[in-house]
Amino acid sequence: MNQPVIEVKNLVKRFGHFTANDHLTFSVEKGEIFGFLGANGAGKTTAMRILCGLSSPTEGEAMVAGFNVKEQPEEVKRRIGYMSQKFSLFEDLTIWENMRFYSAIYGLSAKVFKERATRLLRDLTLYEERNRLVSTISLGWKQKLAFSVAILHEPSIVFLDEPTGGVDPITRRQFWEMIYEASSRGITVFVTTHYMDEAEYCHRVSIMVDGRIDALDTPGGLKKQFNAANMNDVFLALTR
Amino acid sequence: MIKIQQVSKSFEKVQAVRNVSLDIEDGELFGVIGPDGAGKTTLFRMVNSLLVPDEGHISLWGIDPVKNYRHVRTMIGYMPGKFSLYYDLTIEENLKFFATVFGTTVEENYHLIEGIYKQIEPFKDRPAGKLSGGMKQKLALSCALIHKPKLLVLDEPTTGVDAVSRKEFWEMLQELRRKHITILVSTPYMDEAEMCDRVALMQKGEVLACDKPEVLTSQFNRPLLGIKTADIYRCLLDLRHYPQTESVFPFGEYLHYTDQRTGDVKPHIEAFLKEKGHQAIQVIDVEPDIEDRFMQLMGNNSVNPD
Repeated sequence: MNQPVIEVKNLVKRFGHFTANDHLTFSVEKGEIFGFLGANGAGKTTAMRILCGLSSPTEGEAMVAGFNVKEQPEEVKRRIGYMSQKFSLFEDLTIWENMRFYSAIYGLSAKVFKERATRLLRDLTLYEERNRLVSTISLGWKQKLAFSVAILHEPSIVFLDEPTGGVDPITRRQFWEMIYEASSRGITVFVTTHYMDEAEYCHRVSIMVDGRIDALDTPGGLKKQFNAANMNDVFLALTR
Repeated sequence: MIKIQQVSKSFEKVQAVRNVSLDIEDGELFGVIGPDGAGKTTLFRMVNSLLVPDEGHISLWGIDPVKNYRHVRTMIGYMPGKFSLYYDLTIEENLKFFATVFGTTVEENYHLIEGIYKQIEPFKDRPAGKLSGGMKQKLALSCALIHKPKLLVLDEPTTGVDAVSRKEFWEMLQELRRKHITILVSTPYMDEAEMCDRVALMQKGEVLACDKPEVLTSQFNRPLLGIKTADIYRCLLDLRHYPQTESVFPFGEYLHYTDQRTGDVKPHIEAFLKEKGHQAIQVIDVEPDIEDRFMQLMGNNSVNPD
């Protein structure tokens, strides 16, 4: 793990007089699970949109999967996966149709699609259920399925925006095991969450306050630095 | 007090609430904790008269929310999960509107909301639609309180809210509790259980357990170990294949582990992990928390996709 797949230098994003991202500088390595934390309104979503090639920085530079987000956003989009709790799957399509749809978006061949979708659904024990409408499965299963879909095209990086909100504690842990598994295969995971115990699962964590990154280290390092028992106390020390 | 007796409610094929019975005491801060789909919202909507139970009976201080729904609605302050104030009215206009609808004035009950409203008062001319999440939450709570309800029903007030705002919100609830308002609150965050006097753990329409949070936690009756190594994911996978493992889950910094054997099993586990080539092995005793207990109660409930 020493090959950066995200490199951000002095990234600034302004909306009129409001500075949403104020000189962000950080890098994320291949296969790393990177927790991107911050209070509501700290600028996380803005930064994430820039890294996904959906918004352009006002100043500074961001390289994602080897491409400049400002100059080659389409190249960036091809190499990343994205999932959030708010938008993940089409409810009125079946499990299989959702996978088929996303594989077509990313230009996978029919053969590759079939192989990967079969393997992913077998891993999830959802293969026998593949012709069910997504609207008929529980939230926890939707979230696990949405994660599988987000990495179907084997992206360099997958961005997860509060992926586990509202799911039960067992499913939440199964979801994190999927994250661990993807990371062990070399997929970089960039994740936001409001569950502070989940921050502990990350290799490194950054905490944003008012548009700036005020802390960045391993969970152990942050706890030491702030003399805190857990990540919740680190977060409160920084943002309160 | 509030009595919920053997209440069930279905929507088409989904049984949202199954035979739930709960008693909530006067002045209690009562939490209903469970994931999405547990039935929390349906239960609350039956308590506050917005839904009629298929079976069972509810009474609020002797008043039936089915027969006397008009009366019940004046007794309750309700904060739904989705922000439901008027976006195009300002903070002040929203508050005045709710006071007027309930036949009172902001001045009359200002003492109840003062601590909360003061924090948003500097922005009182701002439309509600332009507020941050934390400010919306404070306004919604003020509007739910302005008619001095006997019961406050809060449906997932802290979902999607950051850790700081969550902490502030619970501090506000503690203060309201001191003013003897009965509070019924739901949340998917297990760590919020300890802020409540009593909690009901819900899953798939059923109450798995109901008691004081510390009692629920103490009902986790297995010795619990915290385990970590330099490669925690591989450690998890290895322990899954360890024949003596009863349960193993990621849990913050450590894996939480229970063993099928009794006695001090730590040396055996350390030896096993060493043999598997793990480094920086730590095996320690840990205190269970309510989430451990919830998972124990869930058992294998989460394995099917319905």
